Amino acid sequence: MSRASEDSNRRMLRARDAMDRSYAEPLDVPTLARLAHVSEAHFIRTFRATFGETPNRYLQRRRVERAMFLLRSTEQSVTDICMAVGFASLGTFSRVFAEIVGEPPSAYRRRGPLPAAPSCFVMAWLRPGGN
Amino acid sequence: MIKALTISQIYVLDQDEALDFYVGKLGFEVQTDMDFGPMRWLQISLPGDPGRAIVLEKPGGPMMSEETAAQVRDLLTKGAVGGHLFFQTDDAHKTHAELKERGVDLPEEPIVQPYGIDFGFRDPFGNHLRVAQMTPPPSA
Repeated sequence: MSRASEDSNRRMLRARDAMDRSYAEPLDVPTLARLAHVSEAHFIRTFRATFGETPNRYLQRRRVERAMFLLRSTEQSVTDICMAVGFASLGTFSRVFAEIVGEPPSAYRRRGPLPAAPSCFVMAWLRPGGN
Repeated sequence: MIKALTISQIYVLDQDEALDFYVGKLGFEVQTDMDFGPMRWLQISLPGDPGRAIVLEKPGGPMMSEETAAQVRDLLTKGAVGGHLFFQTDDAHKTHAELKERGVDLPEEPIVQPYGIDFGFRDPFGNHLRVAQMTPPPSA
């Protein structure tokens, strides 16, 4: 492992951190590539080689993770949660959610409320991305 | 029984660069800096808190083959070796401004959390650092 690949990892991590932090914003590849200081074409390829999934998939998983939390700790509607975590359409949200979690948002919500403080504390502290 | 946590360890890619960052920018002090031949024992702590020290270890040396060291460096820079340091401050906004002034790469502004105000960032190697102004202060 050369210093060059470590520098590359570190740059990809910088972009991934931005997804953790700003998942609710319409993050696009040009923005992320800029944060990683690489070209757009290079970014998707290198991110995937580094983390084992595309930037888009990582962002989807991050958004779904936040939606899982909101579904079981707030009274917000599924549509509001979909928008709050950065999905532009309810159809896409429901499909991606079910694909990742294994059940639709409404079914996941029926599992009941999460314990209040500790889980949000833990989630905030485990990522540089805040909550 | 076991009484206190005194020394923790994180990996760094380069110990001199780590000193520039942790001592030069974050305000740590060097407690021990000893050359043991194949390894350098570098231990730092915060002023006023010498009982909690951090060892800045370079992967390699007698404990690790070069192949393993390369794997650790790879995971470190992916943010995947679990280096997390959580710090406390009396004023998150002021500390944020001071660190920024010293050239620390701070990707986020202080955020209001259920437990206080905090912000996260990474050291130059990929370790995750977080500075929190807790409400109420844990000592209160």
